[in-house]
Amino acid sequence: MKKYQLGEFEEIVILTIGILYKEAYGVAIKSEIETRLSRNVSMGALHTALVRLEDKGYIKSSEGESTEDRMGRPRRYYQITALGKKAMEHSKETRNALWKAIPKVALDVKLVSS
Amino acid sequence: MKTRQTPPPLFLCFFRWYCHPRLVDHIEGDLLEEYLKRIQKSGKRKANIHFIIDVILLFRPGIIRPFNQYKHTNPAAMYQSYFKIAWRNLVKNKGYSSINIVGLAIGMAVAMSIALWVWDEVSFDSYFTNRERLAQVMVSQTNEGVTYTHGTVQMPLGDALRNGYASDFNSVSLASGNNSFMLTHNETKLPANGMWVQHEFSSMFTLKMLSGNYAALNNPSTMLISSSLAKSLFGEDDALNKSIRIDTRFDLVVGGVYEDFPYNTTFQGVKMLLPWDNKENWLNRQTAWTNHCGQLFVLLNDAVDLQGASEKIKAVPTSHIDKWKEEVMLHPMSDLHLYNAFENGKASGGRIQFVWLFGVIGVFVLLLACINFMNLSTARSEKRAKEVGIRKTIGSIRNQIVTQFLSESIMLSTLSLVISLVLVELSLPYFNMIADKRIAVPWESTTFWLIIITFTLFTGLIAGSYPAFYLSAFKPVKILKGAFIAGRSAVLPRKVLVVVQFTVSLTLIIGTMIIFWQIQHARERSAGYNRDGLITVGMYSTELRKNVEVIKNELLQKGVIESMALSSQSPAHFSNNNGIEWRGKDPGLVVFFRNVGVTPDYGKTVGWKLIKGRDFSPDLPSDSSAIIVNKNAARIMGFEDPLGEVVTFRGKQFTVIGVTEDMITQSPYASSEPSFFITDDWMGFIVMRLSESVPTPDALDKVQKVFKKHDPASPFNFSFVNADYAKKYSTEERIGNLSALFAILAIFISCLGLFGLASFVAEQRTKEIGIRKVLGATVVSIWKMLSKEFVMLTFIACGIAIPISFILMDKWLVQYQYRITITWQLFAIAALGILMLTLITVSFQAIKAAWASPVKNLRSE
Repeated sequence: MKKYQLGEFEEIVILTIGILYKEAYGVAIKSEIETRLSRNVSMGALHTALVRLEDKGYIKSSEGESTEDRMGRPRRYYQITALGKKAMEHSKETRNALWKAIPKVALDVKLVSS
Repeated sequence: MKTRQTPPPLFLCFFRWYCHPRLVDHIEGDLLEEYLKRIQKSGKRKANIHFIIDVILLFRPGIIRPFNQYKHTNPAAMYQSYFKIAWRNLVKNKGYSSINIVGLAIGMAVAMSIALWVWDEVSFDSYFTNRERLAQVMVSQTNEGVTYTHGTVQMPLGDALRNGYASDFNSVSLASGNNSFMLTHNETKLPANGMWVQHEFSSMFTLKMLSGNYAALNNPSTMLISSSLAKSLFGEDDALNKSIRIDTRFDLVVGGVYEDFPYNTTFQGVKMLLPWDNKENWLNRQTAWTNHCGQLFVLLNDAVDLQGASEKIKAVPTSHIDKWKEEVMLHPMSDLHLYNAFENGKASGGRIQFVWLFGVIGVFVLLLACINFMNLSTARSEKRAKEVGIRKTIGSIRNQIVTQFLSESIMLSTLSLVISLVLVELSLPYFNMIADKRIAVPWESTTFWLIIITFTLFTGLIAGSYPAFYLSAFKPVKILKGAFIAGRSAVLPRKVLVVVQFTVSLTLIIGTMIIFWQIQHARERSAGYNRDGLITVGMYSTELRKNVEVIKNELLQKGVIESMALSSQSPAHFSNNNGIEWRGKDPGLVVFFRNVGVTPDYGKTVGWKLIKGRDFSPDLPSDSSAIIVNKNAARIMGFEDPLGEVVTFRGKQFTVIGVTEDMITQSPYASSEPSFFITDDWMGFIVMRLSESVPTPDALDKVQKVFKKHDPASPFNFSFVNADYAKKYSTEERIGNLSALFAILAIFISCLGLFGLASFVAEQRTKEIGIRKVLGATVVSIWKMLSKEFVMLTFIACGIAIPISFILMDKWLVQYQYRITITWQLFAIAALGILMLTLITVSFQAIKAAWASPVKNLRSE
């Protein structure tokens, strides 16, 4: 369990990096999450998560081209590593196992509105 | 449009400042991209606000850079490299390094020795547990407006304080002076000093008893002796209850053995304490208030104010004495040693002045050494500007260069410390000898180590700070291009330092010269008698007293002595002091004369000069009521022709038969005291002049044999009058020797510094000298050019030092009545000397530079 530490937001970020594939850099990831999940993502939260993921070895980064709309600052592209993939799978399997373990009756609560 | 697209600069800077350098580029890119997008979408104002919020939200761990960027690197390897480089630099510039290290080491050694000396002085008497509550009673006698304060009191004062002021004084003890006694136990005979003391003495001064107890002094027939005396008298045997014969007259039993008083206490050398109530102690029978003959110590009760108690007892003796005004006061034990001079009945200084004087000298010498160290380190480090440039290019950060230079100079100062400790340890025996001390380096003291290590680090840091912070701030590109030139502003402080150094050295030289001149002046003063070959022997035993005439005749017959006489005191020092009456004496005048008992041969033996009248004659029985006065006494009595006048002394009438030249029997710096000589007195000394025709050792040997023959029980103890006389100079000589030592060291250190600096200057101007030579400059002109600057500095130093030393030494000389007057020649000699020294020091380098082949110089690089 301890082997693959992946927080909730970190999981969202790494999934998004997967979605974007070759185009995963800061702003792209941010807007992708924002459109897909319709929630606001602060630059601070995103970059902290990226730093942590990279420290854990789940993603790796490479310097990209610098463009004019960034006033010459380079982009940094992120990529999922093999370890990252394992962590994602592990996370997904745990969820599935948990889903499966839930008795059907427990979810039979259609009438209750939230 | 474009110019307006930049985000709030303050926040952008803030972000750049706190962001981890690894992340800063692309996060900033993200921020900007987002910002520009926002401007398009919702305008600049909103974009700005969003930007600010983003920047603030980014301020969190993970993004913020660590405080120490390089915390993961291990600095040990770097330090190793610093020390290696430092060592290589040392070895490469052997000359400079040794000048630097040795200079600082000598300065440290001097400062350390002085500090130890000062500490020894300040902690004087701290051996006594009750030091803060102990005091000696001092007497102030005022007569005709002149107050004379001393520690010799009248004996009734003891009981007066003991009984009348019991609430103030815990205990009170009278004591005699430190007298010499001849001790005999079985076959062992030896002289030892001791004091008659009252029984309270031992507990007041908390003697550390090795055997026996304090109560021994209650018994008039038991005494206390020191452990060293016990050892020399009884060896390993137990000294307790053994009987000792004293002066071959009476016996005392050892009632206890105490640990010897340490050397830095008032009672140093007091080897025995004799019971006050013994009948041999003549002091215990003195009841006259006018008779001052012993010392008095008191121990205050807890919480009694010393000044208050002193005020209280002030007038105790006043009512008992009508001839002059007399008051007493308490002089605290803690001040006894350092404040031993009095003026108008108040402690006015004394030894404390020397403590200050040497303390200041020590600080100055150390300062000189530190100045040198800094000067040379700085001068050398400029040569290393290129090294700094390269280091920076390769990737050193500023902190590393600072650390490098600091660790280097700390390494140098630590080396100096080690050398200085060795120097101090080696020179202490010599230092102790000239300072009359028993000082040892306190190797075990933590405080000592803390102080010297702190000091070493401090010196290292200060000396290294200039190169460390100054050089490390340079831009490597500039240095490597060769644009690094030490400006004039860098040279000025160094010049100021050189002037300070020479001012201090010159002041010390002049001071030392004046001290020695004054001593020489006093030495050359005529003593009024001939001291050569004159010896004195104390008459302690009854045997000797009985046989003295036989001895004299036998010695004269053998021709080993020229003449022999008896006297009440040694000619080197008259101690008795008494008043006499004469015709027409002003009844209000109180003047003390030195009274000396002599036999008729005395004048012939000491070789005094009679100005008027005749000497005593052994053939005239009437001479038992004759008196010879000295010139000063005759002047005070005021007779035109004193011969034939009648003088009353101790109720007996004496007729003046002669006047002698003044003899120096007290301080050679004071004017002679009035003295007179009579034959009707008690004699305690034999004075004899050895024959010139017999070599002194042979003569002494023969004299000793004759003494042994007629007085076999006593050892033959004699002293040369010349040696006793020389002791009068010891204080001044000690100061002279110490300041000479310090002056020489100060000059040495200054010259070292100058030498280093001169060579540095010469080296810096190598190319200039080369070009000058090519253009036709002569060796002399180059030498002149290089030396001129330093000679100027010396002149300035002279200008400052001469007035300072004149004022100081003029003040010092005032305390002597017989003194030199300072003349300008002295200053001229000192200034000339230092100028010569400067020239020699500088010329060595200047000539070396001037001789060098210009081809070589210009080719460098």
